[in-house]
Amino acid sequence: MRYHSPTSFTDAAGIAAGASGLTRFLAGGTDVLVQMRAGMVQPDDLIDLKKIPGVGDITRTDDGGWRIGVAVPGIALGANAGLKTDWPGVVEGMELVGSTQIQGRATLAGNLCNGSPAADSVPGLVAAGATVEITGPEGTRTLPVEELPAGPGKTHLAKGEMVSAILLPPRGQHGGDAYLRFIPRTEMDIAVVGCAVNLTLDGDTIKSARVALGAVAPTVILVPEAAEAIIGTTLDDAAIAKLESVAKSAAKPISDKRGTSEFRVEIAGVLAKRAARIAYARAKGEQA
Amino acid sequence: MSKIHVTTTINGDPVEFLADPRETLLDCLRDKVGLTGSKEGCGTGDCGACSVELDGTLVCSCLVLGVEADGKSVSTIEGMASDNDLHPLQRKFIEHAALQCGFCTPGILVAAKKLLEVNPDPTEEETRYWLAGNLCRCTGYDKIVRAVMDAAAEMRQEVA
Ligand SMILES: Cc1cc2nc3c(=O)[nH]c(=O)nc-3n(C[C@H](O)[C@H](O)[C@H](O)COP(=O)(O)OP(=O)(O)OC[C@H]3O[C@@H](n4cnc5c(N)ncnc54)[C@H](O)[C@@H]3O)c2cc1C
Ligand code: FES
Ligand code: FES
Repeated sequence: MRYHSPTSFTDAAGIAAGASGLTRFLAGGTDVLVQMRAGMVQPDDLIDLKKIPGVGDITRTDDGGWRIGVAVPGIALGANAGLKTDWPGVVEGMELVGSTQIQGRATLAGNLCNGSPAADSVPGLVAAGATVEITGPEGTRTLPVEELPAGPGKTHLAKGEMVSAILLPPRGQHGGDAYLRFIPRTEMDIAVVGCAVNLTLDGDTIKSARVALGAVAPTVILVPEAAEAIIGTTLDDAAIAKLESVAKSAAKPISDKRGTSEFRVEIAGVLAKRAARIAYARAKGEQA
Repeated sequence: MSKIHVTTTINGDPVEFLADPRETLLDCLRDKVGLTGSKEGCGTGDCGACSVELDGTLVCSCLVLGVEADGKSVSTIEGMASDNDLHPLQRKFIEHAALQCGFCTPGILVAAKKLLEVNPDPTEEETRYWLAGNLCRCTGYDKIVRAVMDAAAEMRQEVA
């Protein structure tokens, strides 16, 4: 295995584009090293992105959004008060990843590019309307987060391309988001179902919303029908009931040792309504 | 397979070693530097027995490549006691009999030390969450948590 530590994304793209064997990028390594050890993945070229200037930074963009570097570990997201105020749901999704030790390494970009349908930070990013900046041999492009995963372990990144930053839109006024997952334990487990809700209010009425579900399909999915169920409402009982039923019908999970398909469908509905209530309370400026 | 020359600082001392890029920091510490205090329980980030600090951040050394330590500083369990004085956590673990086989103990001590740096007065719940990535198959955790809480109190100079 060749270990590379380029100092620019352009150089990294050049190395990746020119590599003939199996290539992996190295962010926190909490997926890559586990896969290497298990013998699942034996890269010929490992391209460490952590030496590229700026990859450890979280910066507010000119439009009031956020730019998060691809090597920012979970612990640094949680430590950023401004980001946490704007996007608590995104931060709480990432903070659920692994243990304190894993938080010291694991990144949003790695969680996304690893391509797990159960990745805990991804529903929050999708609900937030986050985009990724992608750098490759042809230059730079951006893509909505929900369009990056292509199935378990797969992404739509072309050869030589990598994510060079995660971009969150401006939070704006009267908005809130939340992420919930179900696991059988209290810590250190893979989501059986995850759900993120992001919404904005006009008075008491929901003006806009985005709902994302994890672990109920081959990729994390955006569920526009679930958003439509609550837009224009005050999240009253009827809206909650509609949201629950729409979330359940959008869930197309498999059965495995963590839960049956029927159970996952049921939980998708439960988490959607609970996450919506938390996001709503946060949008009203209440503690939740 | 060409090896890479790594220059790093371990427990304050400059250290150099040659690493195959596939080797983990844990393997390098144990097999090249001779620091066998960090243990390998799982090798996959689940047990925390290999916990070290890398540039002040608590990590699993089994999930860090040895070559990634180049230019960084690493703190291991071997750096916890100063000369002949045990760290308060180490003393409290003995007092409370917070270990049986002891395999998990170095990792738990390294993790607990970091906890008390960022949060000198943790609640029991905070302590349990912080240590959720440190598995112990012997003690049932209760004595571990009590030892950490007691060490924290002593370090705050309260009588627990
Ligand atoms: C003990 C343990 C517990 C865990 N618990 C959870 C959990 O609760 N929830 C959860 O979702 N995950 C969990 N994980 C999985 C893992 O920690 C996360 O997926 C993490 O966010 C991965 O980030 P990383 O930076 O470590 O990725 P890496 O391992 O560095 O990379 C992961 C993948 O993404 C690719 N990649 C990385 N960065 C880029 C980039 N910028 N552009 C293109 N490709 C890139 C790599 O090539 C690789 O294929 C756990 C892992 C362990 C070991
Ligand atoms: S050996 Fe590193 S976490 Fe178990
Ligand atoms: S004392 Fe044996 S594993 Fe903890």
